[in-house]
Amino acid sequence: MLDEAGATARSIRIATRARAWRTLLNDKLGDSALRWLTYLLVAIVLGIIAGVIWVLVSGSWITIQMFGLRFLTNRAFDPVHNIYGVAPAIFGTLYTSAFALFFAAPIGVGAALFVTEFCPRFLRVPLAFISDLLVTIPSVVLGLWGFLVLAPWLITTGEPWLQKHFGFLPFFQGTPHGLGLLAAGMILVIMVLPLIVAITREVMTLVPTEQREALLALGATRWEVIRYVVLPFARSGITGGVILALGRALGETMAVTMVIGNEATNPSWGLFNTGYTLSSLIANTFGEATPGPFISALLETGLILLIITLITNVLARVLVSRLGQKSVGGFVA
Amino acid sequence: MNAQAAPRLPFAQPPSVVMRRRRAVNITAIVVTTLAAIFPVAILIYIVFYILLQGHQFITPDFFTQLPPAFGDSNGGMGEAVQGTLILLGLASIVGVPLGLFTGIYLAEYGKGVFARGVRLMVDVLSGLPTILLGLFAWAIIVIPSHGFSALSGGVALGIIMIPIMTRSAEEVLRLVPESLREAALALGIPQWRVLIQLVLPSVASGIITGIIFALARIAGETAPLLMTAFGNTFWFSGVNHPVDALPLRIFVFTESPYQVQINQAYAGSFVLIILIVAASVTIRWATGGFRRQAR
Repeated sequence: MLDEAGATARSIRIATRARAWRTLLNDKLGDSALRWLTYLLVAIVLGIIAGVIWVLVSGSWITIQMFGLRFLTNRAFDPVHNIYGVAPAIFGTLYTSAFALFFAAPIGVGAALFVTEFCPRFLRVPLAFISDLLVTIPSVVLGLWGFLVLAPWLITTGEPWLQKHFGFLPFFQGTPHGLGLLAAGMILVIMVLPLIVAITREVMTLVPTEQREALLALGATRWEVIRYVVLPFARSGITGGVILALGRALGETMAVTMVIGNEATNPSWGLFNTGYTLSSLIANTFGEATPGPFISALLETGLILLIITLITNVLARVLVSRLGQKSVGGFVA
Repeated sequence: MNAQAAPRLPFAQPPSVVMRRRRAVNITAIVVTTLAAIFPVAILIYIVFYILLQGHQFITPDFFTQLPPAFGDSNGGMGEAVQGTLILLGLASIVGVPLGLFTGIYLAEYGKGVFARGVRLMVDVLSGLPTILLGLFAWAIIVIPSHGFSALSGGVALGIIMIPIMTRSAEEVLRLVPESLREAALALGIPQWRVLIQLVLPSVASGIITGIIFALARIAGETAPLLMTAFGNTFWFSGVNHPVDALPLRIFVFTESPYQVQINQAYAGSFVLIILIVAASVTIRWATGGFRRQAR
């Protein structure tokens, strides 16, 4: 009897101890397994980013050595004569993006002000939904609309009208083509607008309510609240949002490729001219690329695009995140 | 606005010139910002409805089951593009979901200090890269060594685009889980990995699925990275080592086609893409309670 009780107690003790060991082992194993699995996958993600940079640098080595900095200033991208340069592409990229921001930035900030300051409550949800939707419209669909609807309209109606009324400006001289820098710029305006609205709206909601209320209590109008509280507070965030949109515009490929004409002209202010951008150059010529300098030149074009977008992105993130830190403090002079 | 609504008090001065100017400026601001808000909304509604109107008449059962018509032929569809897009989305999920999800888990659960900040910055950088560069990357690491365009390379390129979107949504929802839940479970002696896998992740499952749908909606319309990876053709899928078609690729090619039949097909393809994306957006909004909650 006594023995039986002792055996039971002993067996329970052994079983518990075994289970304790098992769970302990299990816990330790499980904990470190999950931890290392996470580290491994993060390392792969970082490796992919490093890989993108490495591929573009190492792949473009041939043309970097052949042309050096002349790659940036050469006008021709000519596989037949083995001369490569991206001056027209850089020009096309910067010009169309600048055009897009010139129109999209004020309209976008205005729209964001409407949504945060004046919009009736029942309109807020549908408006936010629609502007989110516009961000997700595939660029190839906008390109289709630009190619089949916008460009034909520009050549028959839009560009002649501009020429008639604003022909004295350097932007609207030359022959209307329909497809060209103007069409590309207009498509980019449509593409980056919702992005600017989304970011600016978010930044403006960070403005402390007390500050708005304080100014309203002093008898300020809504516009004065915007002018003296909202805009100064959100300035760096708005700038960041606009630069982020610039990054999107600089890298946008399909919609631009479909409407820009893809034919180099001498860089000039004429918006009716055709042209190409860094990304449309890659998209258009990649199919016929042959190994050697040709592919190397395309990869170097990609490398330049990478550098430009990296700079704009990091700058934008810094500006936006600086605002995030500022709003924690609450009051800002 | 409220300044005008205030009743004129008997002892108040009549509005001065300054006051009138301030009101005028205020009203101008309201009108201008309202117009600025109407403009993008109007453009969106116009483009979407234009394409839906043009496209819906060419949506037939054939569109999903037939190959593109031969030149001059008037029937046929984009079946292989629909199939290819689904296959590419599947391949992309295999690559993008685990990588993005675990990076999100790292940032929310493990990551601290400088290294985590660096990882977050890198993910942000990845999300800002033009997608065509990721196509170039997949081309260099898969297409070149295997001597041929392939569905696999297209899936990898799209999967890489998914990573930052997944990471961000995963990190965001994981941070919503109250710290007290984790602490309570740990205090009961449950090991950390069990807390994470059996407690924290299931409680945010719907958020993570929303993130996946959002990422898939984003990459369904991607075209540029597929040009140099999946490449596109007009045949049915024949293995991950062969080129595969995709809806956006077919839309791109057919838009610039000289044949009206193919242009019509491009409209129909755009119709399908837009419907897919709107459906995804509505699902996400509905799942996250976005229609009820006050938008900020």
